[in-house]
Amino acid sequence: MQESSSTAGVAAHKKNLWKVIGASSLGTLIEWYDFYIFGSLAIVISTKFFPPDNPTAAFLSTLATFAAGFVVRPFGALFFGRLGDIIGRKYTFLVTLLVMGLATCAIGLVPGYETIGFAAPIIVLLLRLLQGLALGGEYGGAATYVAEHSEPDKRGYRTSWIQTTATFGLFISLAVIMLTKGSMSAEAFDDWGWRLPFLVSSVMVVISYFIRRNMDESPLFKKAKSEGKTTANPLRESFGKKYNFKFVLLALFGATMGQGVIWYTGQFYALSFLQSVCKVDFDQTNYIIGAALLAGTGFFVFFGWLSDKVGRKPVMLAGMLLAILTYRPIFDRIYQLTDTANKQELVEKHAIRQHVDSHGETGDSLRITTVERFFTDGSVHRLVQEEVKVAGQAEYLTPTSAAHIHVGPGTFASLVFMVFILVLYVTMVYGPIAAFLVEMFPVRIRYTSMSLPYHIGNGIFGGLLPAVATYLVTTAQFANENALASGNTLLYEKPHLAGLWYPIIIGGVSFVIGLLYLRNKNQNVH
Amino acid sequence: MNKVKRILGVVWIALGLVSGYYLIVSQAIPEFSSGRSEDLVPAIIYTFILMPIITGGLCIFGWYALRGEYDELD
Repeated sequence: MQESSSTAGVAAHKKNLWKVIGASSLGTLIEWYDFYIFGSLAIVISTKFFPPDNPTAAFLSTLATFAAGFVVRPFGALFFGRLGDIIGRKYTFLVTLLVMGLATCAIGLVPGYETIGFAAPIIVLLLRLLQGLALGGEYGGAATYVAEHSEPDKRGYRTSWIQTTATFGLFISLAVIMLTKGSMSAEAFDDWGWRLPFLVSSVMVVISYFIRRNMDESPLFKKAKSEGKTTANPLRESFGKKYNFKFVLLALFGATMGQGVIWYTGQFYALSFLQSVCKVDFDQTNYIIGAALLAGTGFFVFFGWLSDKVGRKPVMLAGMLLAILTYRPIFDRIYQLTDTANKQELVEKHAIRQHVDSHGETGDSLRITTVERFFTDGSVHRLVQEEVKVAGQAEYLTPTSAAHIHVGPGTFASLVFMVFILVLYVTMVYGPIAAFLVEMFPVRIRYTSMSLPYHIGNGIFGGLLPAVATYLVTTAQFANENALASGNTLLYEKPHLAGLWYPIIIGGVSFVIGLLYLRNKNQNVH
Repeated sequence: MNKVKRILGVVWIALGLVSGYYLIVSQAIPEFSSGRSEDLVPAIIYTFILMPIITGGLCIFGWYALRGEYDELD
């Protein structure tokens, strides 16, 4: 009798645990969705709220990208982390969910620059800052909440479900945007359709709010509170006491800094590299990344589980080491796969089309020339050149041109595989990180202490990656062009790979610090 | 191993200082003086966010390592 009631108790505990994981993951997933929607629709948003010909609006646009993308997140971590360690995890991450949901929905409702002038970019900037603050508070809350419900020997596995949400959030944001785009004309999407993905968020947030509201507080926090072991000033205790602060620094430099750059390289720089450096067709790049993410997401759970068996440190450091050793060959392979110089052209299918559009009122005309080259692997390279002729002038002005390649099915599959390997590295370093951070700090300051290194590592070191890497590639290409023009030898053999030095160096430093200073066994601080 | 950890403390301090110099002299100052408003945000971020985190963080981390604060983790 006693045995059956004990079995029923275990079953009820397990059921409750999955509820905890489900509710936490769903809310975090929605927060990531909300955060990515802004980035994924950045081009449309900039035309509606930040007109490029206006320098002040351009300044606000940069601020919205940089400030909310990474600067505000650590502040959110501090603000909400402190709340979470004082009043509890549950109420704090309910608040972050609502703040994120309201800010996202409001962005979808703000009238454009043409309607309300400068108020539009300022309101959007403030809402974006709120999004960054909320995201800064959400992750630590969800990870702590799940970890504090879990058995110590299964923390890696249980918290790894939270780790899948950042990838699924990106995947769902891309899917919702593509579905919305596909269900209406391009004009309608540009006019009002882009607002729908923001408004969809409000429905998801309401559902998630009611699910989370009915959950219990974390048992470890409840126990600490009932025993009077919580702190009144978690910020001072986390960062003012050397014993805790040295672990915050170790978590940052020995783990989250490297994890952040590897995550951003695999998930975001890969997309930017395909689009900007390899010039692959925009929609196709989204499908390549989407397919690789979908194939790789299950490995977050696998490596989280594995970290329970062999330790967090070996799994995370193996991911870092593999990444820094193989980034250059993998990205070079991606580049070579899309380089038309390595493909065999079907010369007989070569096509040049030209048409001229005349503007009836002004008399100006636009000549568009499209050169299409077909290759044996099914790839098609298009070069579109646009030339404007002002009424009364005899000659066309200097042309602007854009080229992109639509890769064939074989190359597409190879690219998905290459990006999948990059995503695999992400899952190795990111799958166990929540359990690793939670175990580094005691319950009384856990939310505050783990949130800050996480958001500095990911928001700042990772968030900077696309901008720094693009800058390094551009600088290398520029240096080669100058060398070529002055008759000197080229300075960079492979300028397209120059951007990878940032994740390789940062990841390398983090690997060495992690290898030497992190404990080999998982910590179990209570 | 503890000895290696301590000696490398000097390397982390040096790395922090070199990174700070690079961020301010090579990145922030040219952008502050470019006169373009879009360069202002990165320059502010380099000076007030990145430099304190990287230089300050690595120097304190290196100092702790040098003093043997991480020895006990073996």
